[in-house]
Formats: sequence, structure tokens, C-alpha cells
Amino acid sequence: MTHTHTERPARATGGGASPGKDIDEAPLGASRAERLSALAQQHGALVTLLLVAIGASIGFDTFLTGDNLENMAVSSAFLAIVALGMTFVIITGGIDLSVGSLFALGGVLGAWGSQYGTLVALLLPLAVCGLIGLVNGLLIAKARLAPFIVTLAAMLAARGILLAITDEGSNTYLVDEKSFFASLGQEKLLGIGVPVWITVALFVVGAVMLRRSRFGQYVYAVGGNEDAAALMGAPVARTKIAVYTLSGLCAGLAGALNAAWLVSGVTILGTGMELEAISAVVIGGTLLTGGFGFISGSLVGVLLLKVIQNVINQIGSLDSAYQQVVSGAFLAVVVIAQTWLGRRRRMM
Amino acid sequence: MTELALKGAPVDRARLLRLLQDYGVYAGVAVLLLVNIALTPHFLSTENFRTQAVQVAPVLIVALGMALAIGSEGVDLSVGSVMALSTSLLSLYLGYGPWVALIVAMLGGAVIGLANGSLIAFIGVQPIVATLALMVAGRGIALVLLPQLKDVRDPGMSSLGSGDLFGIPYLVLIAAALALAVGFTVKRTTFGRQLLAIGDSRPAAQLAGLPVRRVLIVVYVIAGVLAAIAGVLATARLQASDPTSLGTLMELSAITAVVVGGTPLSGGRIRIGGTVAGAVLIQLLTATLIKHDLPPSWTQIAQAVVIVLAVYAARERGKR
Amino acid sequence: MLSVTGLTKTFPGARALDGVDFAANPGEVHALIGENGAGKSTLIKVLTGVYQPDAGEIVHDGSPVRFQTPLEAQHAGISTIYQEVNLVPLMSVARNLFLGREPRNRLGLIDFRRMHGEADEALRSLGLRVDVKRPLRTLGVGAQQMVALARAVSVDARVVIMDEPTSSLEPREVRTLFGVIRMLKERDIAVVYVSHRLDELYEVCDKVTVLRDGKLVHTGPIAELDRLRLVSLMLGREMGEVSSEGVTKFTGDHHAGREPVLSARELTVRHTLHQVSVEVRPGEVVGLGGLLGSGRSETAKAIAGALPPDSGKVVVAGSAVRTGSTPAAIRAGISLLPEDRKAEGIVPGLSVRENIALAALPGLSRFGLVDDAKVDRIVDTFMTRLRIKASGPHQKVGELSGGNQQKVLLARWLAMQPKVLLLDEPTRGIDVGAKAEVQGLIDELADEGLGVLLISSDMEELIEGSDRVVVLKDGAVIAELTGDDVTEDRLMHAIAAAPESDAELKTVAPDAAAIVAPVSGPVPVDKTSSGGERDHD
Repeated sequence: MTHTHTERPARATGGGASPGKDIDEAPLGASRAERLSALAQQHGALVTLLLVAIGASIGFDTFLTGDNLENMAVSSAFLAIVALGMTFVIITGGIDLSVGSLFALGGVLGAWGSQYGTLVALLLPLAVCGLIGLVNGLLIAKARLAPFIVTLAAMLAARGILLAITDEGSNTYLVDEKSFFASLGQEKLLGIGVPVWITVALFVVGAVMLRRSRFGQYVYAVGGNEDAAALMGAPVARTKIAVYTLSGLCAGLAGALNAAWLVSGVTILGTGMELEAISAVVIGGTLLTGGFGFISGSLVGVLLLKVIQNVINQIGSLDSAYQQVVSGAFLAVVVIAQTWLGRRRRMM
Repeated sequence: MTELALKGAPVDRARLLRLLQDYGVYAGVAVLLLVNIALTPHFLSTENFRTQAVQVAPVLIVALGMALAIGSEGVDLSVGSVMALSTSLLSLYLGYGPWVALIVAMLGGAVIGLANGSLIAFIGVQPIVATLALMVAGRGIALVLLPQLKDVRDPGMSSLGSGDLFGIPYLVLIAAALALAVGFTVKRTTFGRQLLAIGDSRPAAQLAGLPVRRVLIVVYVIAGVLAAIAGVLATARLQASDPTSLGTLMELSAITAVVVGGTPLSGGRIRIGGTVAGAVLIQLLTATLIKHDLPPSWTQIAQAVVIVLAVYAARERGKR
Repeated sequence: MLSVTGLTKTFPGARALDGVDFAANPGEVHALIGENGAGKSTLIKVLTGVYQPDAGEIVHDGSPVRFQTPLEAQHAGISTIYQEVNLVPLMSVARNLFLGREPRNRLGLIDFRRMHGEADEALRSLGLRVDVKRPLRTLGVGAQQMVALARAVSVDARVVIMDEPTSSLEPREVRTLFGVIRMLKERDIAVVYVSHRLDELYEVCDKVTVLRDGKLVHTGPIAELDRLRLVSLMLGREMGEVSSEGVTKFTGDHHAGREPVLSARELTVRHTLHQVSVEVRPGEVVGLGGLLGSGRSETAKAIAGALPPDSGKVVVAGSAVRTGSTPAAIRAGISLLPEDRKAEGIVPGLSVRENIALAALPGLSRFGLVDDAKVDRIVDTFMTRLRIKASGPHQKVGELSGGNQQKVLLARWLAMQPKVLLLDEPTRGIDVGAKAEVQGLIDELADEGLGVLLISSDMEELIEGSDRVVVLKDGAVIAELTGDDVTEDRLMHAIAAAPESDAELKTVAPDAAAIVAPVSGPVPVDKTSSGGERDHD
């Protein structure tokens, strides 16, 4: 006969580690840190942008001139449109590596199409690039292939199509400088280039779509927890297909506008653009793991990259390659910070 | 009855897919060889084989490292940039002798690999993202070190690039030796077994007490060093350092070679023989299209189709 | 409201449900219980449209239905709250609550003011007051569970199925949940409640249905069923049934040494374990008893370093082991055979040989090269000794039967020459013959002086295999059976014992007074911390 039923309180509250106390304090303590990290994530890029811009305007007389600003704004516009589509993709937890090729393809198609009028010049790139985006989306959502490999293949295929229609890249289609299409890239409205206005308009629409439409909610839900989203009735596959199509459309449009700006469909554009766009989106505070991010951040990210580029160009003695080093380093820092923050969140 | 009938079909289909995945790449190489022998003039010349083999060597070497990364359920997108970095370092340090330059270039690759591995193993960043950051930064550093194309005039380098031993180019010999070494590592070393176990089932590997972090870091360091070697060899062959374009899209070619060779993206299995065949297959495909005056655009589209098909086949198998 | 008759569902190799009848009625809380593999989760999945039944009828609102997807079931008014909160943690509370049915204005844009208002109201009605603009993940698990519940109820649910909703809740949060369940009852909603915590069942449920091995074994008012009877129904053991020797392969007591080879002291893991202490002496088999979810597996994992404890110590053969590190535990001589053999044990794509050698590899290598001769020797030895049936050492482990997979895992650990073996459900899901062999092996190993900690849902196995049984409940040790007391009766009594401590907790413990808030009490919210809503686009 021995000691059975050595009863102990089922949920011991004694001892140093009172579970109740721990729980009460943890969320409060964490929420302060949370708040700080959320602030850093939301406004970190903006603060950095302002600091760099202030530094640049003090350091270089040429920085804060109308010409320079206008130049930066227009050259940012095309990348910004690509980054807009990329933001949607990344918030769903995916990635689109095909945008650089689609950008170039869009430009060539736009330039080629411009001989048949502005409508063709705009619709043709949108249709082709949107279609490639749609195929990406179908392969990812329906066949469940990994986004990076599907879009990597699309990057190759789009580049191939581009070469095929330009006689292996030797043929550069020109845009008639007097056409309305060219004016979309060249004209100014209230002293600001038309591409900039278009970009601003697209960002407003994009932000409203992401924040205020039901589709936007699905985008966040799919990226935040795909299984839960499906159980809550979100159309997961359709949402994914939509974002890749959207990304293709954005890249194609950006390419066409760029062609209008350059008044020619330059075939060698867009290499490495996918990396720039991803960097801008991530620097802007969007989580690469999905479920969190905002459109305005991507715009700030693009501007930051372009200002850094501009500063490096101003320094003159520095090679433009520093731009890549800086944005790669930025990317690494942001990703490390995000992962760390994410881990702390999981622990609480 | 119906149950049995239903069971029969998918099993056969799965077996077929499995055969296709395991041996499809060899069949593909054989078919392309036969087609070329039949249709391409001067295909069966030593000179042609030499050219093909020399061209495939750098891709293959990069693919070997990629196979390790993919086997650990990861991927390394930075390999192309590492090649660029290694060519920059090589031409900068060539003044100290080819061996010093070679070692510095490999060290550069190791450092990038270490950075990749640390981000992945210690901080827990997804492999795609971590290696993407170093892909961007790596080429930047390469271009900062060497802003434009520079001819490489070094007798050691030129003999490495175009010399041969018993008629076999050094490049090919080195690639073959590295393939054997990596194959041996996968099959026969503790590290290889642990790597496969980690790629197959990370929780099981962790519970079995394997040094998961150390293994992952070593994987990316090896991938970096192999990419650096590929960069050196490519430089030696081209007699020039071109950090702007060397290695662009190399990550894609390497991933294609690995995946087409039957190594699943889901990890846990590495087929070095298949990877070699995969690299050869892509080279042959390109060569065939070019030799028949089909433009490079076709090659790119064909490669895109091949890679999607290969991943699709692998997916079917993983699902089973 | 929702009823099923003759429900049958077969999976390859197993009949998960076998002619089960079940009915959920309005205003009634119906407990659904059973041990692992009893068929509860399959039944729930059939009810919610995740699985299609092979036979039987589902009647909802008087007409036969067949849900093809979870969405269809939801539209029919059947909502499910899963054990793991199935919401999107990064989105705000309100967005989670209204995903897919957000109130929209005339432009088709989401009307946030209305949405936040309605969300606030919905949560308030469940007694939860939080800032609905906060990201969901900043809420405690309990509050998240409440949001899931609010979502389930607000879609005009007629039937709410709760799958172990309290498994990660604090006592205070459990109170709130029960308040909500009572509210649902008043609203004439049918509640299906799955839990392993007997106390909760008796507190909140009206009826109970017990499943075992896919069959219905009992259904009726819970008040008519005493705890002991309930436990015996679940476990399938009759009270007073004398277990005869020889049913299992165990031979009886071992000669245990004096000094414990393993001593785990006051292991505590938040939400999971509360000061669990276990000792194992060399040559002794110590059983860990308790129902599913009582913290058995977690105890084993905490000892083996796979679950970092918040506090507590693990001592092996007199020296302390660094907790929270699997390699450290393995070096100290602790080996764990995990419960989830497929996901955490075997490496399915590798061969039998490689799986056996996996953990011991560093010792079987020279300069990083695997010494094949040594590996072959070890693999041969164990394949023979454990009678592992495979086409050869090079067959993939994924292709073996469950029993042989388990033997491969045992071999992996025995090759490490451990001092303590932690066996979590070593014979679950393996056939009778292999089961007897594994049981025989456990005996042999203990006779050779190994300390064994045995976890098993198989009563017979636990009782006959163990020299001592430590009984866990809700993550704490509630009893220890030794010597002649190691019987099924005693074990069931221990498990069914009324929760004196719980009553204490509610009323007496001064510390706990702060924890236990009134049912509708507000959850403290830092009003200023609206860090979540990033509406600055």
C-alpha cells in the first residue's frame, strides 16, 4: 500500500512564476515595444528618406533644384508603378520576378503599337503582360507551384518573346514624337511630368483598393494566414490569380509609359528591375512573409532608392554601383529587423 | 472492386511520373544527342564536344552548390552575383599571382555564403529573401571593386581557360572533379547525410539532435565557394573580367539544371548525376537551337517551358 | 437542428467512423468526447464539410444535406471554432470579424466606421472589450478565441462546434468562454463541445456523446453519468475488470536501482505544464498517465529539450542538463521517441540504414567520412535484434509499416546507448504483432538497466508495462501510483477525481483573485496602443 492521490493544486499559483501575473503583464509590456516597432516599420523609410534628402540638399546645391527634382520624380514613376503591383503580390506572401522582363516587353509592345494609335500602344502591352501575369497566377494558385520559380520562368519567357519580336533585340521601335502617346511620357502638367501624375493617380486607386475594398481585405488575409482565409470563405485562388495579373498589368503599363518617355522601345531595359521593385516594397515596410504592408510605404521605398541613386550620381566620383550595395544592405537590414520583430511576436 | 480499380490507376501514373523524374533527364540528353547526330552537320566532331563541354562547365559548378542548397529545402539566388564578385576580386588581385587571386576570389564567395547561411540559420530569414539581398548587394560590391570590363592577361589564367590535359580541357576536368567531390560529400560524409535529413524533415532532424544550423551555414558557404570557382573559370575562359554581365541569370540556369535533374524543390534528395545531366541537357538544347539557326529568343522560351514542366512533374510526385 | 445517422467514413487502412448517430439540438450544449482515434475529429470534419461521408445521412433543419466545402456548411449556419485560432493574426480585430462581409458604402468601399462600431458591439455582447482596430495578434489567446467565437456567432450560426476551445486558455478566459456558451444556449443555438477536461464538461454541457474506435458507445444527459463511468467509457475499460496477466507482452516488475537516472524537477511551460516533477530509476519503467491533452507529451518533450521550459530542471545521472536543447539532452543520454512518428521521427526519404545511423553519425565517422563498416555493423545488429522487416537496409523508411518505422526509430536511439528512453505512444497505430514485439523490447531494455518513461493511451499497456505511474491532469501531476496501486481502477479514479484545487483557485487563492474576472469583465486594454491600424495610405 502506498501513497496514492498525491493531490496537488491543478493549476499551481504559488511560487515565483504565477502564470496569471505573467499573462497580465506580457501584453502591456509587449505593446509598448510593439508600438515602437510598428512605428519603425511604418515610418522608418520615410524618416530615412527625409534625412537623406535634407542631407543631400545641404551637401549639393544641385539637389534641390526644380530640374533635378522633376528628373527624379519622372524616373521614379516607372519603378513606382511596378512596385505598386509588386506590393499586392508580396502582401499575399508571393513574389514576382518577371516584372523586369514584362517592363521591357511592355515598352517594346507600346512603341510598336504606337504606330497604330495611342489606344493600341496602351492596350497591347496591358493585354500581353496581363496575360503573362494571369498565367503566372494560374500556375501558382491552381497548380500550386512555387511563385519564385514560376515567375523566374516567366521572366525568361517574356524576355524571349521580346527578343522574338525585335529581331533578337536588334530592332528598336520608335514612337512618333508628335503622337499623343509620346505626350503621355513627355508632356508636363502644372510643371510636373504626366507619368508622375499617372503614378500618383494609380497609387491613390491602389491604396483605396488595398485598404477599402473587399478584394484588399482578401489580399491581406491570404498573405496573413492562407488556411484561415480559406476557412473564412475568402476566394484564395482567385485572389492570388488577381494579384499576379495586376502585377503583370502594372509592369506592362510602366513599360509602355517608359517607352513614351524615351520615345522608343528600348530592348535592354528592365534587367534587375524586379530586384529594385522588391527592395523598394520591402524597405517601405511590407513584410516579405506576407499579410502586412502598405502602398504608401512602397512609394517611399522607391523614392528612397532614387534619391540615394541621385546622391551617388551627384558625388560623381562614386560609381553608380554603390546604389546596388546600398539597396542590398538596406534590404538585408530591413529583412533582419522584420524577422527579429516577427520572432518576438511569435514568442509572446 | 471499384476501390481496387481506382487504386490501380494512380499508382501506375505515379510510377510513370517517378520514372520520368528519375530518368527523364537522361532520356532527354540521349534524345537530343541522337537528334543532333542525325540532323546537325559536324555535330560529331571533337571540336564541337569540346566547345559544348567548356561552355557547360561553369553552369555545372554553380548547379552543384545549388543542388546542396535545394536539397536542404532552400535556394541560393546570389550565385550569379558571387560569380561577378569573384571575377572582380580575381582581376584586382591577379597582380599578386594567380594563386593568391584565386584564393581571394574563393574567400569572397565564402564570405557571401557565410552571410547567406547566417541570415538563414541564425536569424531565420527565408532562403529566397536572404539570398536575394546578397544578390543585389553582391553585384553592387563587384561593380564597386571593378566598375568596368577589364581584360585579363595572365599566362596562368589563359592556360587555365584554354589549356587541356590529354585533350580534355582543364575546365571540364575541374568541373568533373568537383561533381565527383560533391557527389561523394552527399553520399559518403556525415555532413551529406545530415543535410539530406534536414532537407527531408527539419523537425525530425532537430529532434534527432543534428547540428541543423551548422549544416545550413556550411551548405551556403559551399554554394558560395563553388560559384566563386565558376566565376574564376568563366573569367579564365573569356580572358576578361566583366562584373556587369558575368553570371546574370546564372541562378536560373543552375536551378533549372538541378530541378530538371530530378532534385525536388522540397528538399531531402540530391541527385548529382541528374544535375550534371540537367546542365548538359540545357546546354544541348541551346546548342541545338542555335545550330539550326533558331534565334536565342527560342532558347529562353524553351528553357522557361522546360523548367515549368520539371517543377510540375516534381510537384505531382511530392503530392503522392 | 443538426443530426446524423449511420455515419460511416473509411480511410485507407482504417474505419474512422462506423455507423455513428449524433444530434445537436437548439439550446443544448452537447459534449463530444473520446480518446485519440475515437473519431471525434472525423465526425466534426464531416459535419463541417471538410470530409464527405461514405455512408449515412446528415439532416440539417429538417432536410438532408451534404456539405461539399467548409464554406457551404458555414452558409448553412454551422460555424466551427478550431483548437488553433483560425484567424489572420496580422489583421485588425474588426477586419477579422468581418472578412468577406464587410459593410460597404454606396461606392462599394468598406465603411470602416460602421464596421468598427458593429465589431465593437458584437464583442461587447460577448463580454469582451477591446480596441477593435488593434491587430488580432496583440490580443491574448483567449481574446483571440473570443473573436473567433464572435465571428462564428455573427454569421447567424445555428450550430457552433468548438474543438477544444480551452486548450490554451487561462482560467479567467475559460470563465468568459463559459459565460458566452451559456449566452449561446439562451439564444437557442446548438453547441457541440469537444474537450478532454472533464471538469469543464460537467460544468457547461447538458448532453454527452462518447466515441471509441469510430463507434458510438454512449449518448445521454451528462448529469446521469458519473465521472468514473465516463472515464471508463472513454477508455473502454470496465470498472473492476481484473486485468489478467499475459494480455500484453510485459512481464512485470523490474529491479530498479536506487538513484534516479532521470530526475525532472518542477518543469513549467506557460499554458502547458505546471511544476511537473518525474523521476526514473535505472531499470524502471515509469508510466505517464492521464487523458489526452493532460501534458504527457509536453512533459516528455520538455525533458528531451524539444520544448524549452520556462522554469525547472532536468538532471541525468546526477548532473544537470541544459534545458531547451535537444543536442544537450541527447549528449546527456536522453532519447525521445516522439508521438508524431511521421512528422517528427522518421526521415521518410532516407533509407532504413541512414535513419538508424542518423543520430549516431558523428560517432560512426572518421574525419567527417562515414565509416560504412561500422554503420553496417550497427544497422545489422539492430535490424536483427529488433526484427525490423524491410526488403533490406536500403529500403526507404517511408515505405515501411508503422511498426517497423517505430523499430527503426528505437534502433536509432539505442545506437546512441542512451541512459533514459522517453517513449511517447510507442505502439500507436502499429499492428498487433509488432505491438507485442515493441512491448517485449521495452521490457528487455528496462531489464538491461535503461530508465524508461512510457506514455500510452492504451490503458493495458500503461498499467502492465509500468512499475510506477505518474498521473497528469491539465499539465500538473495529480497522483502517483506505485506497487499494487498500479491498476486500471486506481488510474481511472485518479483521472476522474473532482477538481478540489479548481474550487480553491476560484475562491481562495489570493493570487488568483486577480486572475478570475467576472464573466463579463472587461479585458484591460491599453487604449493608446492602436499600433495596428495603419490607415495612413
